[in-house]
Amino acid sequence: MYDFTYHRPGSVGDAAAALGKAGDGKLMAGGMTLIPTLKQRLANPSDLIDLGGIAELKGIKEEGGALVIGAMTTHAEVAASALVKGKIAALAALADGIGDPQVRNRGTIGGSIANNDPAADYPAACLGLGATIKTNKRSIAADAFFKGMFETALEDGEIVTAVSFPVPSKAGYAKFPNPASRYAIVGVFVAKTGSGVRAAVTGAGPCVFRDKAIEDALTGSWSADAVKGSSASAGSLNSDIHASSDYRAHLIGVMAKRAVQAAG
Amino acid sequence: MPDGNIGQPVKRREDQRFLTGKGRYTDDIHRQGELHAYFLRSPHAHAAIKSIDTSAAKGEGVVAIFTGADMAADKVGSLPCGWTVTDRNGQPHKAPPHFPLARDKARYVGDHVAMVIATSYAAAKDAAERIEVDYDVLPANTNTAKFAKAPELHAEAPGNLCYDWVLGDEAAIKQAFAGAAHVTKLDLVNNRLIPNAMEPRAAIAEYDSGTGEYTLWSTSQNPHLLRLILCAFVLGIPETKLRVIAPDVGGGFGSKIFAYAEETACVWASKKLDRPVRWTGDRSEAFLADAHGRDHVTHVELAMDKDGKFLGLKVDTVAAMGAYLSSFATCVPTYLYATLLAGQYTTPVIYCNVKAVFTNTAPVDAYRGAGRPEATYLLERIVEVAAREMKMDPAELRRKNFIQPSQYPYQTPVALVYDTGNYEASLDAALAMIDYKGFPARKAASKAKGKLRGIGFSSYIEACGIAPSAVVGSLGAGVGLWESAQVRFNATGTVSVLTGSHAHGQGHETTFAQLVADQLGIPYENVDVVHGDTGRIPMAMGTYGSRSLAVGGSAIVRACNKVIEKGKKIAAHLLEASVDDIEFKNGAFTVAGTDKSKTMAEVAFTAYVPHKYPADLEPGLDETAFYDPLNFTYPAGTHIAEVEIDPDTGVTTIADWVAVDDFGNVINPMIVEGQVHGGIAQGIGQALLENCVYDQESGQLTTGSYMDYCMPRADDLPSFKVGLTTTACTHNPLGVKGCGEAGAIAAPPALINAITDALGVMHMEMPASSEKVWRAAQAAK
Repeated sequence: MYDFTYHRPGSVGDAAAALGKAGDGKLMAGGMTLIPTLKQRLANPSDLIDLGGIAELKGIKEEGGALVIGAMTTHAEVAASALVKGKIAALAALADGIGDPQVRNRGTIGGSIANNDPAADYPAACLGLGATIKTNKRSIAADAFFKGMFETALEDGEIVTAVSFPVPSKAGYAKFPNPASRYAIVGVFVAKTGSGVRAAVTGAGPCVFRDKAIEDALTGSWSADAVKGSSASAGSLNSDIHASSDYRAHLIGVMAKRAVQAAG
Repeated sequence: MPDGNIGQPVKRREDQRFLTGKGRYTDDIHRQGELHAYFLRSPHAHAAIKSIDTSAAKGEGVVAIFTGADMAADKVGSLPCGWTVTDRNGQPHKAPPHFPLARDKARYVGDHVAMVIATSYAAAKDAAERIEVDYDVLPANTNTAKFAKAPELHAEAPGNLCYDWVLGDEAAIKQAFAGAAHVTKLDLVNNRLIPNAMEPRAAIAEYDSGTGEYTLWSTSQNPHLLRLILCAFVLGIPETKLRVIAPDVGGGFGSKIFAYAEETACVWASKKLDRPVRWTGDRSEAFLADAHGRDHVTHVELAMDKDGKFLGLKVDTVAAMGAYLSSFATCVPTYLYATLLAGQYTTPVIYCNVKAVFTNTAPVDAYRGAGRPEATYLLERIVEVAAREMKMDPAELRRKNFIQPSQYPYQTPVALVYDTGNYEASLDAALAMIDYKGFPARKAASKAKGKLRGIGFSSYIEACGIAPSAVVGSLGAGVGLWESAQVRFNATGTVSVLTGSHAHGQGHETTFAQLVADQLGIPYENVDVVHGDTGRIPMAMGTYGSRSLAVGGSAIVRACNKVIEKGKKIAAHLLEASVDDIEFKNGAFTVAGTDKSKTMAEVAFTAYVPHKYPADLEPGLDETAFYDPLNFTYPAGTHIAEVEIDPDTGVTTIADWVAVDDFGNVINPMIVEGQVHGGIAQGIGQALLENCVYDQESGQLTTGSYMDYCMPRADDLPSFKVGLTTTACTHNPLGVKGCGEAGAIAAPPALINAITDALGVMHMEMPASSEKVWRAAQAAK
């Protein structure tokens, strides 16, 4: 790890100010990806702004029929929340399946989506539920937020403050984990929402994406049997030592069926 | 509450400190004035080192930067390979130099290029980034099978061939195959593994310029052997001047047997700088530069008569050595491999050719099982395939070919003489435990759920208790493989047992205390076990090859017998009887036929407070013994795996696992069961999850972290059903055989046999990843 200046601001405003002043500042929202990157000397920020001391970024509440989760809420808190379990059980289950207990107690929803790892779980929930990502500057629809591999719509100096999830009538998530890392080789989130059926796929491609074939199938009939496969071509999917793109394409269909079954 | 004697499942006494964070590992030790070492490693798989410019690297906190040239100037030697294998033409294996710091070329990603020593680890690492190495990058090969046409690693080894070795008679095997009714053939790969001990390797070296003595604390499985290698071959230090201490060590699995570049360099630098030098490898370094295991490419053929009786076995293997020869690399795919190819069977003719080859990868050496898992895998796979081709029950084909209890001692065609065993007993016990008769019903039940169920056998044997010195010496070993023990009574009746067997998770402190308590008839609590320090323990050979109890324990028994013999003389004097009339039993010396007796404690007290003592006897009760085994020991057994496969995803669930092992007599059944569990977990890891992958183009280690290298975890494993059958070893005083490696040897073929049975295919390479299984399941539809 290289030297950096550590900041622990008490408010979003102070965090934004510190970030603005820093030569090459990095926000830390749990650090589950950032800290290993620093330890391996793959990043060399001048300043590290730890969002862990900002009370206004924590907590889970219901607001206008939506579930609003503060950016610095940990996966463990989401997994254990009675409110989340009651409103969107699939979201609590997804959080409970991220990483291991240590990661779940340090990692946060804001950190996860701002990082936008192509194999992370939360992007699938955000996109699958049609969430709105709130920042210190604006609100961004999930459909516009996840831009590419480790790439989001966030601009310089923009800080995720919360994620607002509309409560669906049905939702389910199924993940096929990488046996080593336990990130998603393929994860599929399906939801029946006020604005229609949504299906989001993580792990399979360079960035989380909506799968039109699954959405159309489930719009026609909300049942596992209705799912006939993915709209993604194998050529557009990831291929590595753990899973070829063909296998991933196949698994999207299988996981979609299982997500529907999990949704009940 | 168990009394601690032999056969009791005593809880491991060392776990108190391990589980409460009180273990004392090498990295926990700090020395006044210590400096931190960091090794700059090659980022290339194969590159000529044209120049190394360290001028920009010097700076705050940096004390010294050393390269191969500095070590050459000090005449630091090559790390030796301690076993000479003679090739098919009578020539010794090719032994290119293996310098602790590379001199002319870097030959694998992670090879040691420079050593930076600084006042902090961070300063050393920072400085290493500023070293400018001018590399001429050369084409590289990480693929074992492609060694012959690959770029040459060493001028000393043309064609990248270390040796081309043969065991068996080529004419005899041709004749055996000529008479066969059926020949089964199989090509298979034994996948390369990375050991992944929980504690990474570490070293601290300190030089005392006043006395000229060095002390090295190191994560070694065999501190005496490390001292011998460093002193005699590499650094030219008298053995009297180097003390090697291996304190608590967090797992080794073979990877900590060897003498490595890092600890060697720390010892050398500690004198050069006259300051203690410490190094602790991080996990990434462990992936890159710990000696890896396995990595064989094999073609095997089994000849049978029309009834399935084995007539001959022919094996051709290419075995990777990696970029350099590690300490015992050469013997693993020869004398620990080909000699096991008879397995439990009466195959009369066996022929094995092994080509050991250099590739641009980390060195390969012994890893839990070392050669024996490779032998067992190919044998139990070909037997399984043969059963399917012959349409015979795989259990019955094995049974038909088993060596029978009446045939011991049994001379195999591959050099070994099995002393005892009963393979049918373990097979039958395993069949009963898994409910083999109920398998068709279970398979049908799985099918009704849309799942594929399979069952797989592995009837393995291993040669452990390594090893009779005369035998290994005749085969090229540079050392003897005996063990030492010292049993040292104190005046108050407590006993220190100094053993050359090093414990790094095996529970020796408990097992050996039980053993001595039982032998001497004293309380278990009164016995303490000391290991891992060349300054305290007589010359010793250390821990590997499931030898600690069979060889180290036998040395302890021998030392106990000497204590008893001396005790008899003391007791005879105290009891005013003839020594010949003294009997020792249950901790008491008794005059035969009388009730006159003295306890061991009374005798020990007298030995140290010799107020009433035989005139011609030395005081003290402190005996040293050495034990050189007469033969290998032959643990054997049958494991049966049952799996259920989800054809939609290819996920294999291990539904059941039965292990019935014959380890001879058992001191602590709970520790033995733990060793079996751990071994099976590692074997399942190899068969299902673990795989070391190098990029075929760049030679980079693709699986360089736990993100990609998949270790088995608790939720990957079933609850094991473990049973024992017992035939006591005939040639050591305890009748024990060893249990440390059995699981890792037995498990891989059991699992692959079960998976291929479920899928209805003949073979699948390890690891049986979900994608491979899914593809096979789709093809079988």
